[in-house]
Amino acid sequence: MIGGLILRDVRRGFAGGAWLPIAFFLLVATLVPFAIGPDASLLARIGPGALWIAALTAALLPIERLLEPDRADGVLDQLLLHGVADETIAACKIAAHWLTFGPLLFVASFPAAALLHIDGGPLARVLLSIWIGTPGLAALAVAVAALTAGLPRAGSIAGLLVLPLAVPLLIFAAAFCADGGNQAMSLEAAVSILLLAGAPFVAGAAIRASRT
Amino acid sequence: MKPLLRFEDVSLRRGGRLLFEHLSFALDPGERLQVSGPNGSGKSSLIRLAAGLLRAEAGGVGRSPLALADDGPALDRELPLGRALQFWNASPERAMDALGLTQLGLVPVRLLSAGQLKRASLARVAASGAPLWLLDEPLNALDSDGARKLGLLVERHLESGGAVLAASHQRLGGEWRKIDLRQGDMA
Repeated sequence: MIGGLILRDVRRGFAGGAWLPIAFFLLVATLVPFAIGPDASLLARIGPGALWIAALTAALLPIERLLEPDRADGVLDQLLLHGVADETIAACKIAAHWLTFGPLLFVASFPAAALLHIDGGPLARVLLSIWIGTPGLAALAVAVAALTAGLPRAGSIAGLLVLPLAVPLLIFAAAFCADGGNQAMSLEAAVSILLLAGAPFVAGAAIRASRT
Repeated sequence: MKPLLRFEDVSLRRGGRLLFEHLSFALDPGERLQVSGPNGSGKSSLIRLAAGLLRAEAGGVGRSPLALADDGPALDRELPLGRALQFWNASPERAMDALGLTQLGLVPVRLLSAGQLKRASLARVAASGAPLWLLDEPLNALDSDGARKLGLLVERHLESGGAVLAASHQRLGGEWRKIDLRQGDMA
């Protein structure tokens, strides 16, 4: 059931607009040179941070489709009746969401970085920081999706919840991209792992609470 | 004979309102029980409580493996009906046939009518193999042919030692034990 659930969500993700956040990410990356001007060295300096802001805002887009359709359709109830714990549902959702988000964002980072004149060592660090950060970002998105499922204007509330909680991730990811320090990378990984470890329990409790 | 579902002195409160209290009954294999009552009297809540999706304020609920059909079809809208049902049970063909859904096996779930969706969620329950069926308003949106097919399925399920708890304000076909939530008493 667990493997089937992840597969199902991956399929639904790709069928239901997994490319939208990626297109948004690329679009924001395209806007930066228009807003800043074509100064290559300036773009290269602010580029990694700009990419991370683009990634964070792109991560907001899929939140409304992560859990709410399944809650409204009774899928979450049926999964519980089939013996799948709410925390397990949440963990499957996180895995499936990352699979439809992380690798695509990683690939999209190549053209986005080229637009911002990021290459060489900084490019490698941006790509590494995306690998490290996206699992935490996916976990945060699922947790917030569970907390806001069924609320009116859930999408806007989700944005207000995700962005502050993602600040530590943004700080350490951008610091790692900027100076390449191992400490910043370790701290980014630590934040990502913390989000990954906590999100299933937060989301599980939120799913349970939504049934009362 | 061990009952498939047992309520012992159960009280349920939702949104600050007491829906029922001190409700006790047992459902043995081969039995069917209908919960009736006006809108908002707590029929669906009782079904969800029996399923374990809600918690009782007081009292105990004992249940055996069960399958639930409520107003959430729990089927992937983009998938053909046959494959959507297969997510829950590897071989739903017999249940689909029993509800007259075989022709619709390749039709995407999002194109089904309300009545066809109701049949589909009943097929999900029938294919589950669970001894206890919980049906919330099973006749909603069903036509007379669907109601007759559901009646046959229920008969067959009872003969094979299963039990059915249904919530409905309509008359269900066959002989049902009844709980009326308006008075909180049992016939």
